[in-house]
Amino acid sequence: MGPAMDLDKTDAKIHELIAFRVGKQEFSINVTSVREIRGWTSATILPKAPRYIRGVINLRGAVLPIVDFAVRLGLPTAEPTARNVIIVVQIEQKQIGLLVDAVSDIITLNHNSIQPTPDVSSDAVSTFLRGLLPVDGRMISLVSLDNVLPPESAVAA
Amino acid sequence: MALTVLTVDDSRTMRDMLKHSLVAAGFRVLQAEDGLDGLEVLKTEKPDVVVTDINMPRLDGFGFIEAVRSDAERRTMPVLVLTTEADPDKKSRAKAAGATGWIVKPFDPVKLVDAIRRVAA
Amino acid sequence: MAADPMAEIREVFFQECEEQLGELESGLLQMENGSKDAETVNAVFRAVHSIKGGAGIFALDALVRFAHVFETTLDAIRGGRLAADPPIMALLLRAADALMDLVRAARQGEPISDTQTQDLVAEFNALAAGKAAAHAKAEAKPAAPPPPPPAPSGPPKRSWVIRLTPKPPLYAKANETALLLRELSLLGEIEVEVDASGLPDLADIDPEATYLSWNIVLSTDKDSAAIRGVFDFVEDDCDIEMFEQPDFSFFDGGSEPEAEAAPAAPAGGTESNAPAPPAAPNPVETMAAQAENASSVSQTIRVDLDRVDRMIDLVGELVITEAMLSQRVLEAGLARTSAVAMALEELEALTREIQDSVMAIRAQPVRAVFQRMPRLVRELAAHTGKQVRLVTEGESTEVDKTVIERIADPLTHMIRNAIDHGLESTEKRLAAGKSPEGQVRLTALHRSGRIVIEVADDGAGINRARVKQKAIENGLINPDAQLTDDETDNLIFLPGFSTASEISDISGRGVGMDVVRRSVQAMGGRISITSRPGLGSTFTLSLPLTLAVLDGMVVKTSDQTLIVPLAAVLETLRPNMSDIHPLDNRTSVLALRGGYVPMVDVAEALEFGNHTTPPDQCVALLVESEGGNRAILLVDEIQGQRQVVIKSIEANYRAVYGIAAATVMGDGHVALILDVDTIVSATRDSGRTDFNRSISQVF
Repeated sequence: MGPAMDLDKTDAKIHELIAFRVGKQEFSINVTSVREIRGWTSATILPKAPRYIRGVINLRGAVLPIVDFAVRLGLPTAEPTARNVIIVVQIEQKQIGLLVDAVSDIITLNHNSIQPTPDVSSDAVSTFLRGLLPVDGRMISLVSLDNVLPPESAVAA
Repeated sequence: MALTVLTVDDSRTMRDMLKHSLVAAGFRVLQAEDGLDGLEVLKTEKPDVVVTDINMPRLDGFGFIEAVRSDAERRTMPVLVLTTEADPDKKSRAKAAGATGWIVKPFDPVKLVDAIRRVAA
Repeated sequence: MAADPMAEIREVFFQECEEQLGELESGLLQMENGSKDAETVNAVFRAVHSIKGGAGIFALDALVRFAHVFETTLDAIRGGRLAADPPIMALLLRAADALMDLVRAARQGEPISDTQTQDLVAEFNALAAGKAAAHAKAEAKPAAPPPPPPAPSGPPKRSWVIRLTPKPPLYAKANETALLLRELSLLGEIEVEVDASGLPDLADIDPEATYLSWNIVLSTDKDSAAIRGVFDFVEDDCDIEMFEQPDFSFFDGGSEPEAEAAPAAPAGGTESNAPAPPAAPNPVETMAAQAENASSVSQTIRVDLDRVDRMIDLVGELVITEAMLSQRVLEAGLARTSAVAMALEELEALTREIQDSVMAIRAQPVRAVFQRMPRLVRELAAHTGKQVRLVTEGESTEVDKTVIERIADPLTHMIRNAIDHGLESTEKRLAAGKSPEGQVRLTALHRSGRIVIEVADDGAGINRARVKQKAIENGLINPDAQLTDDETDNLIFLPGFSTASEISDISGRGVGMDVVRRSVQAMGGRISITSRPGLGSTFTLSLPLTLAVLDGMVVKTSDQTLIVPLAAVLETLRPNMSDIHPLDNRTSVLALRGGYVPMVDVAEALEFGNHTTPPDQCVALLVESEGGNRAILLVDEIQGQRQVVIKSIEANYRAVYGIAAATVMGDGHVALILDVDTIVSATRDSGRTDFNRSISQVF
């Protein structure tokens, strides 16, 4: 039950990350918050839910909300069927499923390689992103999961 | 060889305390919750000494001792009763019922072990 | 072993105290009700005695002292020396409350002193003094044993000659000469000779009789008291002569028969080694049987709650998986009569049985909650100056543990309400020709698969005029609204009904009945009130037997599968177009048996997208919310009924509008469980005012 990765800590520890693709972009999250990776199954839609909540699925008896990561980030959404991987992550006491296109890599992170996110990013992006990591010529955005589900008061009933 | 002591008391606190003291002294401890339970245990076990409380539901200490004393196979079993200090009536009643000896509550672990050793063959 | 075994035992002690305090109170109440059962009095005595014993271990002296005084009085009652008349019962109940307070303070580590209980102690002592004065019984002390010979000062080691003649009772109590000799030998040097001169011929020996004596010479530096101490346990059961000066005249010159010839060899044998007397039907068992019939107590074991919860979760999974398996089998096209399908049916039945058994494990009698009420009633009665009698029924009615924990608060508020507002003052009652003592009746029973708890008072009933007035003042209803008596009574549950100024300080903390109703509804329960003027009011609380499982109606609308709690569904029907009347573009009503019921298209209410099925082709469910409000829910079809395991959405997400919880269906997908109350109250969102106005405008 690891906490969401807080990349603001300036200790020189090494983290392992899982990288995944959404559309043309790549993102990564700390491996310790990942519980499992599974294929897409149709979700039960929730009434009056925000657009980025695709619904809920059954994960071994527990009800798991599915967050469409592209929608959450405000990225242009391609055909929904392209999204077919669910990354189950633990955020404090809750588990949620992140809907992404595919998992691409496992990366060993060295804090010293992180570059700051450029200012041009949208609000949504800056809420979640903690930096950029160059890997093999690609730029991978580091994601902080803390705000993936907004605080309860923000969701209109 | 370790002696086996059966403790009969309806208070879990007291049972735990007795066990704590007896195990520390190297005894093996059996437990029962009241007189009836104690008789059940005695159907299959032969402890070396029994320590019993007096006030218990279903079958009290006196009844328990009387039952033990009327059982051909068990009547030679030493039974000590736990009594409160200021209770000469209880003591004599216990004796009349067939108690081998007594221990005063709240008990001093040393005196408890001593009394048990005194009556254990 | 754990860090501190004493800390663990201390925790056990306090847990046990809570149980004992519960036994104490319920026993005292039975006695107060007139029970003369000796076992009840004994149980009450034992409870206090037990607490005292444990308190002694942990050196909680003030608690020990108070418990001792309390116990002494109880002992007098159970010994028939003191009668348990009403003033004494009241004293005992107050003492029980004080004991509870002392125990709880001790548990928190707060200092406890005699000052808290000195008044009660004084009353107890007065009782004892009065008793003693009345009876003036002189206690005969048993004759003191003859004083031991004075220990002479002189050389430390002295010789003692002891002649020991055991009597049958000594052996009967499992004492042993050999052990006594062993003890003596620990004091010094010992020489022992057995005197078997009293032995008859073997043929005439009575195995139970004693024929031997022992002559012992003990050389020791211990004093005579120490020597006598060895015979502590047996002093009544043998003859002991003890002389300090050696006196060899005791010893016969003749040789003694070998000790081994006597059946009573010191090595652990007794004089009853001879063939035992013919065994009567084992007295141990007979006694056990008798005592068991007398009390018919069932066996129990203690189990960690976590383990039970885990097992319940697993069984829940089992039910879901079994349903999924059934589904797959059907989908695979296997005939219902195939061996696989039939085996599955058996599996289904078995799974259901397991589920029932497991739920029964967590089922507890409501007694656990009811037990706290008598004290509450006592305090409220004292506070309001009213005389109140609490009667409880159905304490053994069982409910899931999850429910038990959550009904304590609603119950407390209902009882407070009953005593505070329901019951009149003593004067008013007398003026109305009622008995001065008001009664609050607390009942629990099972009814149609739910548990129903009623709190009834025999007070003045609800003052309907005043309630209606208050509701109008607070803008809760239209001044010219037509309400039935029942509807008026239930106005007290509306939010905003009780203003702060009206909430008395004991019903206080600003909790109105609306908060109570919300917490009841959160449990899937209902609460309502009925009242008869002058005769009293009755709160009725209805709860599901368990919060983990729900009987639901499976419906489908806009391709979504939903579960509607069966308890809320009154009937299903197909609406006729002619009965459907639109009020405005939002709301329609259905004419039903002379009344009008608002209609809700569930798919639209939950925003499942454009629902195109016309109302008269939908299936209509007539549902009733907790508040007794009705509505028609329109769905596409009904698929059946089943029992579903309730899964929380909040656990991983948050509360969802219109949805109470979720479950997993046979196909592995999540189905949402409808929150009927939210949907129904949405139809009345603009309040009864609009609804009534709309109705009267249209018609």
